[in-house]
Amino acid sequence: MIAGLYIDGNSALHRAAAGLKVLALVLLGTGVFLIPDWPVLAVLLVTVFILYPASGFGPRILWAQIRPILWLLALFFAVQLWLNDWQAGLVVIFRLAAIVSFAGLVTLTTRTSDMLAALERAMKPLARFGVNPEKVSLAFSMVLRFIPVIAQIGHEIRDAQRARGLDKSVLALVVPLIIRTLKTADDVADAIDARSFDPD
Amino acid sequence: MNTKDIVYIALFAAVTAVFGLFPPITLPITGVPVTAQSLGPMLAGAILGARRGGLSILLFVVLVALGLPLLSGGRGGFGVFLGATGGFIVGWVISAFVIGLLIEKFWDSLHIFNAALSIAVGGIVVLYAIGNLWVSIVVDVSYWQATVGAAPFLIGDVIKVAIATAACLAVRRAYPLISRAR
Repeated sequence: MIAGLYIDGNSALHRAAAGLKVLALVLLGTGVFLIPDWPVLAVLLVTVFILYPASGFGPRILWAQIRPILWLLALFFAVQLWLNDWQAGLVVIFRLAAIVSFAGLVTLTTRTSDMLAALERAMKPLARFGVNPEKVSLAFSMVLRFIPVIAQIGHEIRDAQRARGLDKSVLALVVPLIIRTLKTADDVADAIDARSFDPD
Repeated sequence: MNTKDIVYIALFAAVTAVFGLFPPITLPITGVPVTAQSLGPMLAGAILGARRGGLSILLFVVLVALGLPLLSGGRGGFGVFLGATGGFIVGWVISAFVIGLLIEKFWDSLHIFNAALSIAVGGIVVLYAIGNLWVSIVVDVSYWQATVGAAPFLIGDVIKVAIATAACLAVRRAYPLISRAR
């Protein structure tokens, strides 16, 4: 199985419902685009930063969220400085940093299984539009189960092609990978049908 | 949608995730990183068709949003979508759908040119249109400036279109899944 980015803890954010956290993120994500003043955004950003220690995460974890977008922030600031002024630059980077660090916080404090469960509940009303929640759940759990399997198939093919001197060719990897995946899919579908999976 | 369709959808989402495990190749001269992952949407559309291909990438994108580190470089979570490249990731879903639609249309007389055209329209024209729009909103630059900024990535995507075209034609001979244009 694939491990999520969740880090265990017992803070208020850890205990909050997954759906609620996602809703808060959507509200924040929309809200920051309605705020045009950099001082207000700075306060917001600091508030999000304070939530990290409040949820039991040290500065290293916060830094790990910000570091991947650091060069982007620098670039955006430079672009704004060039096109507008430094205030506009601060607005853009504070917005982005606030969203990304809050999104990181939601991901860090919510188990993937809780997020999946929330999603399944949220999908219930879609049933009347022909979306079958059981089929969707089946698809979700299958992806997680098959990532290691397909990665393994990929390694085997790469070894086989290396023996043929083809390990530099992407095509020699991709085509057999797809065909073996499709064959696996047929077997898996037969196995599921043999166990009478029939949500309809 | 029968069991087989669901399994195809799930396994292509997994294939897209596995493509993210390959380390990105840095192009000479420009220094632009190219990841294998964007092959996923191209292949899903070209091999599974519009409906299944689009749903497969949608499934992948939702799993990323739920916090799984499936994007290349182990990225995941909501922050990815709200960042500058978010439009490209959401655009993958529409890109896979459009590629599938075009490939289905040409299916009975598919050859290297119309296959490459289908994948390029969905995988570059449509994808960049969505991705650049997002960049222009998030970074607060004009649409034109965002387009110019995305240009260095074209080289990698043209190579990927070529790979996806060859793979699509090879898989069509060995394991055809799109019966005919509906």
